[in-house]
Amino acid sequence: MYGLFLRHFYLIKSSLPRILDLVYWPTIQIILWGFISKFFSIYSDYYNNTLGVILTCAILYDILFRSSISFNMLFLEEIWSRNFTNLFIAPLKLKEIISSLIFTALIRTLIGLVPAILLTSPLFGISILKLGLPLLLLFLSLYIFGITLGLFVSAGLMRFGPSFENIAWSSLFLLAPLGCIYYPIEILPTFFQIIAKGLPLVYIFDETRNILLNGLINYENLTKAYVLNIIYLVCGISLFYFSFLKARIKGTLINMGE
Amino acid sequence: MQATLQVIGLSKNYNEKNAVKDISFKLNKNEIIGILGPNGCGKTTTIGMILGLLKPTSGKILVNGIEIEKNRVQLLNNLNFISPYVELPKKLTVKQNLIVYGKLYDIKDLKKKIEYLSEKLRLGDIINKLTGELSSGQKNRVSLAKSIINDPLVLLLDEPTASLDPETGDFVRSFFENYQKENETSILLASHNMSEVERLCSSVLMMNNGSIIDQGSPEKLIQKHGRKNMEEVFLKLTREKYEF
Repeated sequence: MYGLFLRHFYLIKSSLPRILDLVYWPTIQIILWGFISKFFSIYSDYYNNTLGVILTCAILYDILFRSSISFNMLFLEEIWSRNFTNLFIAPLKLKEIISSLIFTALIRTLIGLVPAILLTSPLFGISILKLGLPLLLLFLSLYIFGITLGLFVSAGLMRFGPSFENIAWSSLFLLAPLGCIYYPIEILPTFFQIIAKGLPLVYIFDETRNILLNGLINYENLTKAYVLNIIYLVCGISLFYFSFLKARIKGTLINMGE
Repeated sequence: MQATLQVIGLSKNYNEKNAVKDISFKLNKNEIIGILGPNGCGKTTTIGMILGLLKPTSGKILVNGIEIEKNRVQLLNNLNFISPYVELPKKLTVKQNLIVYGKLYDIKDLKKKIEYLSEKLRLGDIINKLTGELSSGQKNRVSLAKSIINDPLVLLLDEPTASLDPETGDFVRSFFENYQKENETSILLASHNMSEVERLCSSVLMMNNGSIIDQGSPEKLIQKHGRKNMEEVFLKLTREKYEF
């Protein structure tokens, strides 16, 4: 397990462009949303004096985005480098592979997000840390969901091969509108509200707005998010195991490569 | 004596296609067996099943008497593999790759092991270079180091000298000859290089269309089919199927 972490740690450590790439997009994203939210805070009644709401939600959404992409990237790196076979003939249990990817994805996520988060204070006078202890719960919840999406996509990559790669990139964009990141669920048409209620994102972002706007924490929202997270995580892990079995039957593991 | 590797009635079907049909063979300790056959005859599929990358449709694979399908991860500690179609991460140095695989195989005293491999495979000058910047021959030596890092009981070689120049190819063959003698490793070699098979293997499995169509020592096969060398035996056996 440590070996697999080390493989990706060496890769990141030895490549400045990779580190810059990890930091660049979250920073740009957060600066962009910083200016957008500044504009809204001045010209919108709803967001009056709540510059932090949109920006905080943008940062939190990036936690989800980066953790999921990081997980997928780690998996894709093995395919791109034609190292997939070497990895799967090493004496590693699937749970060790998953654990190692989860931990390494966390490191990648933090490398990307910490500099961006630190920038928000001098640039916009906003600190996400003001959320206090609930931030940890929100972060963990988003991170778990990000990893779960990563597991779903990696399971697809294993089952269908590199042709599934495009899905890896587009999966998060599909969920973004339904996640109600910047707006309440009531904005969505009724049918989409039903779907959205099945996602932990709705409860996480609703709670974030609640904490920021009302200064209160509603544990019901967080509980719903965690229950859904656990259900999806179990499904994601089960699908990963199932896809591995299917890949062994179909022969995908032996032909994996670009 | 218990075979190091025993394959019993092994078959693999992909939908309607029978990639491997009911093959059986034994690989004893300190033995090198070759698998010869045209492209698509089932060599790589057989190796894939032995490595646990493919689930057999039927049959059994035993390593030291233990069935791999039920003990995949445990037995993978005793196996390793090299193929020109599988690479090590290019953006890692040779040393980093060896550390990573040493950790994955849980090698004790890894530093000493890497020093040994470095000396044995002449990696000293390239140990801190990125693997992706190496020549084919150098990459092959690094892959060799990875393939023996866990002192495997069974080493599976899939066309190990394909795309190598004659000098490097000869180095690889000599390396396997010496390594097998020193470590009593059992080697299964899939190759298209007939002279390589003649030189290294005590026994050869001739495969075509997923089946073993003949087997024996290279000398016996040459004699049996009245040919001058293994290449002619190979051509005879693979063409027989298509003669009208």
